[in-house]
Amino acid sequence: MVMYEKTAEHFGKKFKDLPEGHLLVNLGPSHPATHGILQNVIQIDGERVVDTESVIGYVHRCFEKLGERYDYNQFLVCTDRMNYVSTPLNNIGWILTVEKMMQIQVPDRVTYVRMIISELSRIMDHIICNGIMGVDLGAFSGLLHLFHHRENIYQILEKLTGARLTTTFCRVGGMERDIYPEFQSEIKTIIKGLKPALDEFEELLIRNKIFNERTAGIGGLSAERAIAYGFSGPNLRAAGVPWDVRKDDPYMFYDQVDFDIPVGGDGSALDRTLVRMEEMRQSMKIIEQLIDGIPEGPYHADVPHTFLPPKDKVYHNMEELIYHFKIIMHGVKVPPGEYYMATEAANGELGFYVVSEGEKSPWRVHVRRPCFWYYQAFPELVKGGLLADTIATMSSLNVIAGELDC
Amino acid sequence: MKDTITEYINSRFSDVLLPQRDINTNLLYFSIQKEALPTVVQALKDHPEFAFTYLNDLTSIDWLGKREPRFEVVYLLRSPKNKHFRLQLRVPVGEGEEVPSLAEIFPAANWPEREVYDLMGIPFSNHPQLERLIMPDNFVGHPLRKDYPLEGPGQDYLIEDLLTIHVSEDITG
Repeated sequence: MVMYEKTAEHFGKKFKDLPEGHLLVNLGPSHPATHGILQNVIQIDGERVVDTESVIGYVHRCFEKLGERYDYNQFLVCTDRMNYVSTPLNNIGWILTVEKMMQIQVPDRVTYVRMIISELSRIMDHIICNGIMGVDLGAFSGLLHLFHHRENIYQILEKLTGARLTTTFCRVGGMERDIYPEFQSEIKTIIKGLKPALDEFEELLIRNKIFNERTAGIGGLSAERAIAYGFSGPNLRAAGVPWDVRKDDPYMFYDQVDFDIPVGGDGSALDRTLVRMEEMRQSMKIIEQLIDGIPEGPYHADVPHTFLPPKDKVYHNMEELIYHFKIIMHGVKVPPGEYYMATEAANGELGFYVVSEGEKSPWRVHVRRPCFWYYQAFPELVKGGLLADTIATMSSLNVIAGELDC
Repeated sequence: MKDTITEYINSRFSDVLLPQRDINTNLLYFSIQKEALPTVVQALKDHPEFAFTYLNDLTSIDWLGKREPRFEVVYLLRSPKNKHFRLQLRVPVGEGEEVPSLAEIFPAANWPEREVYDLMGIPFSNHPQLERLIMPDNFVGHPLRKDYPLEGPGQDYLIEDLLTIHVSEDITG
């Protein structure tokens, strides 16, 4: 089956009458600098970008359709595969939406742990984004310098959830299991090591003259245009707009912790990097406020129809066996309704819009993924710039193909 | 905020408002006629007090077998000026009907509208580039529709191909 025949025709039409000396360059779909399977067809005049068309959909897995087939707990597994650089943030976004629809109040202990893991994931995501940006521009040591700390966070996730990448963190009504005894002390050790490492990273990469000159003033967008394009997260804040879902529409206990929202100026690639650097420090600040105060108590809400009962009870008690069976076979029962819940993922506002008709699966699931909204501005960001600058722009946007195509 | 905006929409756009269903939701929402969509959105965006300047989300629902008309396109607007208040506009659409594009008012609407067109098959009039976004150009059908076969029409060919290959293959050497 020839799948992309018509696409080639389409490009032929769009870029048919190229002026003398103009060239058509295919950046991607499989290119180390495209951060996933993304294609950019770029028309260049010498080194200058004249026009661009972005093509997405190469890793589309129709998660929204799967959401209409799977039950609410099963869809949690799909959210792992969206932004695979910071999986727990997607998991938590989904679980919070379902809990909101079911009006479940989780114990404070669960919320504390979820917030700590959220912020660790944000750090993990920003390490990759800033580190890989250095790699794309020819500086490898920055990434290696912080990768060790990212690995430490992965080990926490591994101990907590049993998986490194596909964490499937949390369950409706709580967490799959309680935290392990060394959880707090290990996170404190990580933060202690990460703080000086971030300063060193900044000295090493961001204060580097070459990096600075290749990113300052590149791929910028004014605040008005960024808002018009639906930007969110660090990319919007880099343009000087102090919006953050954690502050504007607080969920969990974000209204009770003290942290600042870093903002940039011209929204350029350098500003985005700097905003991410500062966000990592703010995340550590949040974790430090929470880590010692994790309250004692159960790791899930007392909702038997929702949460799998402990195994020893299932083996000896008929009621618990029935609950167990019902949850596995029929899933959780979500009342009819339509909810939109937004959380601040590492990339920006991650929203889940869920339509329930009271059945086993949602009638409709829609994911508002942050990448999707700002990647459409890519042609405007790179127009008139140099071909080499498209790489810096793309890296700084933090486009994740798994999330973009969904 | 909820009351003032409801009062404003009810008084200003009473002629384009459609009867609402009783939905259990965390959003304030209004059902409006599709022809009036750009006018309403522009008015909400330009209003000095409400200032819904941010297109938060854009998607669609297929109500096949549940409601008439079949589709609903859902817009989520956000007003940063009013503590990031969110308002939902819903536009019922029948099969084959077009919805006016918002790409001129919000450049952000470009890709989400293409996505709705691609996956749900709802066309948008005056869209600058109404092409498939996620699926390949020669893909048949719209996969997010409720009546789209879950295994996809391509699946049949695949199995057939496999059978043909095995039948005609000479394995005796």
